[in-house]
Amino acid sequence: MEAYLEIIIFFVLLTLGYVFGQSLEKNHYRSIIKRESQLRSIPVIASKILPEEFLPCQTEMVSGNVVISVDYFKKFVAGLRSIVGGRMASYESLIDRARREAILRMQQEAKRLNADYVFNIKMETSSISKGSQNSIGSVEVLAYGTAIIIEKDAVKQTPPKVSISGNDAAAINFRTT
Amino acid sequence: MLLTTLEYVPGKTINKHLGLVQGSTVRAKHAGKDIMAGIKNIFGGELKAYTELLQESREEAIERMKEQAQATGANAILNIRFSTSSITQGAAEIYTYGTAVILE
Repeated sequence: MEAYLEIIIFFVLLTLGYVFGQSLEKNHYRSIIKRESQLRSIPVIASKILPEEFLPCQTEMVSGNVVISVDYFKKFVAGLRSIVGGRMASYESLIDRARREAILRMQQEAKRLNADYVFNIKMETSSISKGSQNSIGSVEVLAYGTAIIIEKDAVKQTPPKVSISGNDAAAINFRTT
Repeated sequence: MLLTTLEYVPGKTINKHLGLVQGSTVRAKHAGKDIMAGIKNIFGGELKAYTELLQESREEAIERMKEQAQATGANAILNIRFSTSSITQGAAEIYTYGTAVILE
C-alpha cells in the first residue's frame, strides 16, 4: 500500500513539474525575446578598451542577477541522462534562460541611467545548493559590466561623422569650382 | 567613490595605486522562505527570495569594499570582480574585490 502511495506521489510531482515547468519556461522565453528586442538599443560589449570617439564619457557599474529553480521533471530527466551520459538538454535551457535574464536586467539598469553601451561584461554562474540529495536545485547567474554614458553636449560639438580628409576636401572644391 | 569593471577610467589618469581591496558577506534567508523555495523546486521558475537575498548581500559586500577603499584614501575602485560560493543550504558567500586607486 505504501509503495503504491509513493509511486502515485512520484507521478503527481512529475506531471506537475512537466505541466508547470514547461509553461513557465515557454512564457519566460517569450518575455525574454520580447525584452531583448526592446533593449537592443544598448549593445553589450565584452571588450575592455573604449573607442576614442566615446570620450569624454561617464562610467557607472551595472549588474543584474537572477536565481532560477529546476522543476521536478527536469531533475528526473537529468537523473536518467546521468546514467547514460551525453548532453543534458533539460539543464541547458535552464542556464540559457538564467544568463539571458541576467543580461537583460543589467541592460535595464543601464537604460535607467540613460547609458549608450555596456562595456567589459563579465558573467558568473553558481549553483546555490550542491551536495545533499534533498537540497534545493537552482542556478544563479550574475552579469556585471560598466555602463558608458556618452556626454551628449560633447557629441553635439563634434563635427558630423562623415570625415573628409585633406585630399578629398580639395577634390570636392575642385569639382564645385 | 567611482566603481568600474574596466581596468582604467576613460579620460582620467591614475595618480597612485593603493592595492587590492575586498569585501565579503555570508547570508542566509529564514526557514519560511527556504520552504517556499522547496515548493518552487517542483514547479520551476524564478526564486525571487533568493534573487533578493543575493542582491542584498552583493550590495553589502560592495559597501564593505568601499569602506576599505575609503580608509586607504582612494577615490575609485577599478577592475571589480565578483565571486559567489555556497557554504551550506540556503546560505551563500559573496566576495567582491578590486584595485583601489587615486585618480587625478
